[in-house]
Amino acid sequence: MTDPVQNGDNLQQRPQGAVASSAAASDLAIELIGINKRFGAVHANKDIDLKVRRGTVHGIVGENGAGKSTLMSILYGFYTADSGEIRVGGTPHAITDSRHALALGIGMVHQHFMLVDNFSILENVVLGAEDSAMLGPSLDRARKELTRLEKEYNLEVDPDAIIEDVSVGTQQRVEILKALYRGADVLILDEPTGVLTPAEADDLFRVLRVLRDQGKTIILITHKLREIMAITDYVSVMRQGAMVDTLKTSETNPEQLAELMVGRRVLLRVHKTPARPGDTFLSVENLVVKDDLGVTRVKDVSFTVRAGEIVGIAGVAGNGQSELLESISGMRDQSSGTVRLKGTPLSLEGDDGAHRARKAGLAHVPEDRQRMGLITGFEEWENAMLGYEDDPAYGKGVILDIPAAQAQARERIKKFDIRPANERLKTALFSGGNQQKIVLAREMERNPDVLIVGQPTRGVDIGAIEFIHNQIIKMRDAGKAILVVSVELDEIRSLADRILVMFDGHIVGEADPATATERELGLMMAGVTDKKAPPAREAAEGKMP
Amino acid sequence: MDLGIILSTLDATLRLSTPLLLACLAGLYSERAGVFDIGLEGKMLASAFAAAAVAAVTANVWLGLLAGVAVSITTASLQGAAAITLRGNQLIAGVAINMLAAGLTTFLGIQWFGQGGRTPQLTTDGRFQNITLPFANELSGVPVIGQIYSELISGHNILVYVAFLAVPITWWVLYRTRFGLRLRAVGENPKAVDTAGISVTKLRYQAVLITGLLCGLAGAFFSIAQGSGFGNNMTAGKGFIALAALIFAKWKPVPAMFTCLLFGFLDALQIRLQGAEIFGIDVPVQAIQALPYLLTVILLAGFIGKAVGPKAGGVAYTKER
Repeated sequence: MTDPVQNGDNLQQRPQGAVASSAAASDLAIELIGINKRFGAVHANKDIDLKVRRGTVHGIVGENGAGKSTLMSILYGFYTADSGEIRVGGTPHAITDSRHALALGIGMVHQHFMLVDNFSILENVVLGAEDSAMLGPSLDRARKELTRLEKEYNLEVDPDAIIEDVSVGTQQRVEILKALYRGADVLILDEPTGVLTPAEADDLFRVLRVLRDQGKTIILITHKLREIMAITDYVSVMRQGAMVDTLKTSETNPEQLAELMVGRRVLLRVHKTPARPGDTFLSVENLVVKDDLGVTRVKDVSFTVRAGEIVGIAGVAGNGQSELLESISGMRDQSSGTVRLKGTPLSLEGDDGAHRARKAGLAHVPEDRQRMGLITGFEEWENAMLGYEDDPAYGKGVILDIPAAQAQARERIKKFDIRPANERLKTALFSGGNQQKIVLAREMERNPDVLIVGQPTRGVDIGAIEFIHNQIIKMRDAGKAILVVSVELDEIRSLADRILVMFDGHIVGEADPATATERELGLMMAGVTDKKAPPAREAAEGKMP
Repeated sequence: MDLGIILSTLDATLRLSTPLLLACLAGLYSERAGVFDIGLEGKMLASAFAAAAVAAVTANVWLGLLAGVAVSITTASLQGAAAITLRGNQLIAGVAINMLAAGLTTFLGIQWFGQGGRTPQLTTDGRFQNITLPFANELSGVPVIGQIYSELISGHNILVYVAFLAVPITWWVLYRTRFGLRLRAVGENPKAVDTAGISVTKLRYQAVLITGLLCGLAGAFFSIAQGSGFGNNMTAGKGFIALAALIFAKWKPVPAMFTCLLFGFLDALQIRLQGAEIFGIDVPVQAIQALPYLLTVILLAGFIGKAVGPKAGGVAYTKER
């Protein structure tokens, strides 16, 4: 195992792969030397050195707020560094704006796509890179160039398709094509797989490999270690604004990277004892749910969750999981079916369905915490009681007992290790992981019989993931019934005692996380079910990680 | 009904839709760029006053037009500064312009001309005259086609032709030029424009200035082409009707023209119907005059349903830290 506190410039001493044979300066596509950047009191980048070899995929990992995006924004010309030097192809440049970066052959694919939804793909590619005041010649040239790029890099798109009609994966291709059309040699991708389905992510990786093999340099910002291992040649780890280490991917492993990222040992696999399921707490019978457009998204779904077990629902996003969650938690009316809590049917219809569900003892951590779980403009303590504000603990009648509410918020901040530990701070200023802890604390501390969690760790740091998973398991061990829905298959596999796979609105299979392989689950998620997995309730025995 | 009456109603339709069309296209530019403009009315009014005042003093219609356009563009830049540079609320900026124009035109009118806010009656040289197109007189004898040409197409003042020419030009600019592509993009997703290395601020100002120019033409039409002098509040809410037409036309130039023609036709009908008996009942003049406004309400409330405007409309652009 490598010493975790080696410095970034040991890159040259490492054995080189087939991609680069010597460490001459011209082999470096990008070199950052002593980059510093402060935002007020925050030292976002501390004396960063980074060398990116031409023709490689170079990963940059780090928790949220580690300074990855700031560093790349400096490279792309969004910000200028307070001090330090940027060398592109061996020559120093002071990159002043995005246009300058583009001219130097540096292109960026942003986490949130910079596309005009009602434009065609062709128009989006051309926007900002037109040849003349007339549009015709530019569009003709772009059409030809796109055909060439498509062939060269296997990036097929229909140039006349409108952006809002194509899949997210295709939109990302358009972003890559935009950069290539502008002559990018170095492509920066910021958390590119956050919005992609597993199949789309695989496809992206295929494209990135082709790009690399054609001599392009790729910088991949991510917090998913799995992706780092799968696609990169080198990986740089950042922590709290500093560059911790740069390693050759083939010589490291996820555990080491996680440790470098967080600064302490992290368990990537959840530690838990076998489940001891008791009575059925939640039962869903023949549930049918329609979405806003009237399309049936949940089709006759039945399952149960027992006390003391975690049931995980796996599936590619958009197969009805969201509607299922919203329906059980009372946010969306069901077309037919019954949801029972400890045998009593829940009345979930109408605008106050969610309120009644909570009163009955069913707590819900919604998938999208920023849209459904929190009001980000509120202070932390206000969110900490949101939805329960009519509880007598927070005051009598119409008067709110603010000191009591704030005192309770402070307690929970301590208990759930929410940082910064300040209940008067605006919720938007907390990181994703801490926001999720605020929601979890609020729902778990009500001590519900049934806890429903959607995407428990989406956009959450690796250190916080461990904490959140442990809290969920603690609730299970306290004899609660827990339903977890996640698009992260790894999460479902490590957390759940029983896996249900959802495809096209149906539960297409049940699997035992101890025995089911990723391939089996992947096939089920894709709707291939020639062989039904056996019910696996008792098989949960003997699966210590 | 004979052809003569139909033609004269349609003739009035063209004339009455002209200011609507100019204002509607004016709004189209700025709203497509993501700046909502409810100040069309105010800019028109300011232009109408300036045009009439200068035309009255100089007895030169072109100087009048120039003054109208200049004042409208100045007003538009003021509104642009509030909405784009200072990132103020766009609706309030528009309201402010409307109030400023209504108050200032009356005040200055009284101060300068002392005729209760009216500008002096314009002489022939101070107004745009109707243009007889070539061969109009010769062809007037040819049935139908000749009549349509000489009575309907020919015989309008230059601003009418400018307004209808502005429709294909706007279409072309919007869909066939680099500027048009960027304009449409900045109203939908200014971030995409910014990351492509184009200045959002500059684009929006350009759009707002074009809006000022077209509003200037529309305003001048009221006082120095259709009328012969400025009267208090002479635009009479046409700026708001133009806005309604723009929404009904889903921010597209050709549908905008047809919508404005529809409103113009109702206006023409309204004039023709005044004092007429419908089914033997004397309809009050006021009820008939309300028709175009009534239609505005009905169209906006009932028919368009989901008119989705430019996505980034109404929101000032701030670059993220």
